[in-house]
Amino acid sequence: MTPEKALMTQEPDATAPEVMATAETVASQHPRIDVSGAAATPMAANRADTQTVFRCDDVHVYYGDFLALRNVSLSIAVHEVTAFIGPSGCGKTTFLRCFNRMNELIEGARVEGSINYHGVELYQDEVDPVEVRRRVGMVFQKPNPFPKSIYDNIAYGPRLAGAKRSELDDIVERSLTRAALWDEVRDRLKTSAYGLSGGQQQRLCIARAIAVQPDVVLMDEPCSALDPIATGRIEELIAELKTDYTIIIVTHNMQQAARISDMTAFFSVQANEMGQRTGELVEYAPTSLIFTNPEDPRTEAYITGRVG
Amino acid sequence: MTILTTPAGIATGAADALRKRPGADVAGSAFKWLLIGATVFATGFLAVLLAVMIVDGWDVLSGNLWYFLTHGFSQRSAGEAGVWQGIIGSLQVALVTGVFAVPTGVATAIYLVEYAQGNRFARIVELNIRNLAGVPSIVYGLLGLAVFAQTLRGFSGGTTAIAGGMTLAAMVLPIVVITSVEALKAVPDSLREAAYGVGATKWEVLSRQVLPAALSTILTGTVLALARALGEAAPLILVGAATGFMSFGDANMFETFTGPYTALPVLIFNFARQPGADWGVNAAAASVIILVLVLAVNGLAIYLRNRFERQW
Repeated sequence: MTPEKALMTQEPDATAPEVMATAETVASQHPRIDVSGAAATPMAANRADTQTVFRCDDVHVYYGDFLALRNVSLSIAVHEVTAFIGPSGCGKTTFLRCFNRMNELIEGARVEGSINYHGVELYQDEVDPVEVRRRVGMVFQKPNPFPKSIYDNIAYGPRLAGAKRSELDDIVERSLTRAALWDEVRDRLKTSAYGLSGGQQQRLCIARAIAVQPDVVLMDEPCSALDPIATGRIEELIAELKTDYTIIIVTHNMQQAARISDMTAFFSVQANEMGQRTGELVEYAPTSLIFTNPEDPRTEAYITGRVG
Repeated sequence: MTILTTPAGIATGAADALRKRPGADVAGSAFKWLLIGATVFATGFLAVLLAVMIVDGWDVLSGNLWYFLTHGFSQRSAGEAGVWQGIIGSLQVALVTGVFAVPTGVATAIYLVEYAQGNRFARIVELNIRNLAGVPSIVYGLLGLAVFAQTLRGFSGGTTAIAGGMTLAAMVLPIVVITSVEALKAVPDSLREAAYGVGATKWEVLSRQVLPAALSTILTGTVLALARALGEAAPLILVGAATGFMSFGDANMFETFTGPYTALPVLIFNFARQPGADWGVNAAAASVIILVLVLAVNGLAIYLRNRFERQW
């Protein structure tokens, strides 16, 4: 077993800080992070390695010649919900899609800098993007079930991963139960996923993502197409899922970030003299601090509704 | 327009202001009637064409249709001539066309959309293919004669149904590529991302998600392209279908592909240039038959589309 593999499977040791912490203890464990370009963040230094899922250092993302996002350094903690907020075009979705190498499906997209996943550099040639996406699942902005039955939607990923036919029933039931959808669909597993409501479809997409037993679930504005009740159910689900998964969520809804996340990263966007708009990380801190006592005036202006 | 200032003024003016005024949207209704007129003209034109053909060919269609369908070409008299060879030849040519055009065209489209992903090379190729779709069919006939009937004589056997089918394949290839490209582009990226997101490889995304989703449109497009090939006479005349005769003799099914051949549109051309009114009746009757054949193929396309549309 390689050291990297070992890092991925090892349980957090007993002396590691409790991850299901209250806002206050989270705040005390995460000293405010200087994001002005410091290479090693204090948080990263303070943590045991099993506590850090991703460590990003000086990440730049380009689409062709266009610099979409610059100079992002932050760490994502295990079994926490990390929210990315910021105005449109600030690069938060672009950044999210770096974590499972989804960006490279876009012609001309390029990631520079370091994104380290459990000690493994994600953007090196030896890393198989397919395997990355199996471990780092994704839920998209609009519910996008396959044009298949509910059952086949969930079973698709496990089948690709080589799950046996006999295991599939169990996997489907477990995943749907975990996504709080089982009771609603247990009698119509063989019917079209398109017959579900928008909120149900999104929970189906969450169940599909966790059916392959990922380590991390990325969520790109998962509630933006849903009504408040469906949104509430997804938020409850996120709170439950973080006992097993590390969750990174992009949201336009600041109340949502405040409700569900442990850490919040605020991104902003700046235009250069050519009119090109480049996103950057302004502030990254425990959610309770970001919303009560933001350090950067831009963060404060945004969360109090004076801009954006 | 009066500027409404007081609530009382708004209230009293409302009934008057909201009343429908005759002639308020003359341009709109005129445009609608223009569109209706164009539709009636277009469909009416086709209906007249069909009616004229049925009337002209009525003697054959009502009298000895079965004889006409089951007998070959005869130079002796119009009454002895039939279209049997033409039907068989057309089906043979269409089969060869499909065998060559569909796999090549669909594969090209998959490469352009899924692999080249709109890069400069793909854009240039696609632009050229779109232009090729507008090349007159007679040009493809010349190409077929030079390349498929002569250069590739060893494979096609000269001016045979194989050479004719390959010529028509070259002709409809751009149509197959374009419709397949459009079908693949119409598959939403969210479906691809969903599959990639659970750890599918490119091959798995293509074979299990994208192609099934695009299949019904691709099928429709290719069958329509084949229908177009069924109706072509000019290129086939250049590639040897001009004789109007096809003798099976003892030949088996495969050998007929490499012998002399003809096709329905070529037969119509032959009927039409014979002197005498009774040959004209044959030409009209054969035209009705080819129309029915093309309609049947189009019907097949619609059936396939409905059958595969939501296949799971």
